[in-house]
Amino acid sequence: MTVPAGRAAARLRVDFIACDGRGLCAEALPGLITLDDWGFPVVGRRAVPPRLLADARATVRACPKLALRLEPVR
Amino acid sequence: MTPTAPWPGTLPRLLPAGRVAGPVSLAEHTARYGRPPSGPGPRRREAMIAEVDRAGLTGRGGAGFPTARKLAAVAAARYAPVVVANGTEGEPASAKDQVLMARSPQLVLDGAVLAAEMVGAGEAVVVVHRRVREIVDEAVAERVRARADRVRLEVCTAADRFVAGEASAVVHWIERGVPAPTATPPRLAQRGLHRAPTLVQNVETLAHLALIVRYGAGWFRSAGTAAEPGSMLVTVLGAVREPGVFEVPIGTPVGRVLDRAGGASAPLQALLLGGYFGTWVDAAEGAGRPFSSAGLADLGAGTGAGLIAALPAGACGLGETARVVRYLAGESAGQCGPCRFGLPAIAGQVERLADGRGTDPGLLQRWLGQVDRRGGCAHPDGTVRLVRSALRTFGAELSRHADGRCCGRASVLPVPSGGSR
Repeated sequence: MTVPAGRAAARLRVDFIACDGRGLCAEALPGLITLDDWGFPVVGRRAVPPRLLADARATVRACPKLALRLEPVR
Repeated sequence: MTPTAPWPGTLPRLLPAGRVAGPVSLAEHTARYGRPPSGPGPRRREAMIAEVDRAGLTGRGGAGFPTARKLAAVAAARYAPVVVANGTEGEPASAKDQVLMARSPQLVLDGAVLAAEMVGAGEAVVVVHRRVREIVDEAVAERVRARADRVRLEVCTAADRFVAGEASAVVHWIERGVPAPTATPPRLAQRGLHRAPTLVQNVETLAHLALIVRYGAGWFRSAGTAAEPGSMLVTVLGAVREPGVFEVPIGTPVGRVLDRAGGASAPLQALLLGGYFGTWVDAAEGAGRPFSSAGLADLGAGTGAGLIAALPAGACGLGETARVVRYLAGESAGQCGPCRFGLPAIAGQVERLADGRGTDPGLLQRWLGQVDRRGGCAHPDGTVRLVRSALRTFGAELSRHADGRCCGRASVLPVPSGGSR
């Protein structure tokens, strides 16, 4: 969905209405995303480290439910 | 046309003074409050929004958002907006919106029309609890007969679900008959009902707005506190002699609000403040506090949807909480995984605490953390707040329950039995 371009600080956000708990994101980004006891992604509230930003963008694009976003950190 | 202002008097502001039976008619309404200023052009609209801003009016549906900011956001939209007056009141313990609609429907309709004029909307949809639908229909018919408005008023019966009152769920319900929240973004002020920019305001908020337009910000601020001006409707229930809905200045001590309801009918152990998304506090500690966000903040509580439930010493706070949490779990719209699966799991743990079967406290804490702020609306967050406050306030009960000694019967908080959907 919204993918801020460039190196601007961004964090992951889950649209839980859209999320189906497929778990693909947690497999693709094990350092940033874990799953809760019911299999839904837990994303921290902190900014994605710059070295993982490209992987995070790829994971956002790969979500089968388009439920994962990168949003700018204000 | 200048408004005639026969009344800027004392409280009650919104409800009729004294025990008048039935709804206030349009003629009685006009005699009491005078007519609002009509026919605003763009400049007048801005002046009206600025007056609401100076008044410091905040939403009375529970979230407490500044009303003028919502008005300004919708007024700035590029497309023709629509107004939704939200009288859903999905909270089973709350009655204030139904009482307001049943007794002062014209004031709410005034507010809906004025809000529509402020944002440039041609239509306002008034969503009401089924119990007051006929009264509101008749009130709208009175206005149509009197050719009172240029704004078109439509009445819609609310969905009988807890989450149905959430702003995006109200829009979803009107548009598609689905009482479930929708994802943000887009915000409703940008794209809401039928894709139009939409202003959703609680019906009590609109009633206050109708009076601010007539009598001004200074008058509005003559009640309440400087930071939280005005009056508010409060539903008082539980162990009080005369439960009901009362209008009080914001910041009135909680104990004085209980006095308005005839005072406690039994020694009290705790108070639930705000609603089912609210906070349990110790009765003695809560009673001395001002009923305002600032006055309750350090207890982790707030005014919420204006509810005070008094729990008598003989009742069981854990049992009450367990019943409400099970109800809230069932009222999840089921759209978001953590809420759909987490709330029933949490409800099960709270039930185990209440009936003394014992539980792993770490597991409950873990699940509360895994549900909090992880949904498309505040339903999981509110439920977590209630459970955490119960653990704080009834913590001393936990060991007694674990020993199989419960303190009393649960009976204070109403929970609809199944089948109401």
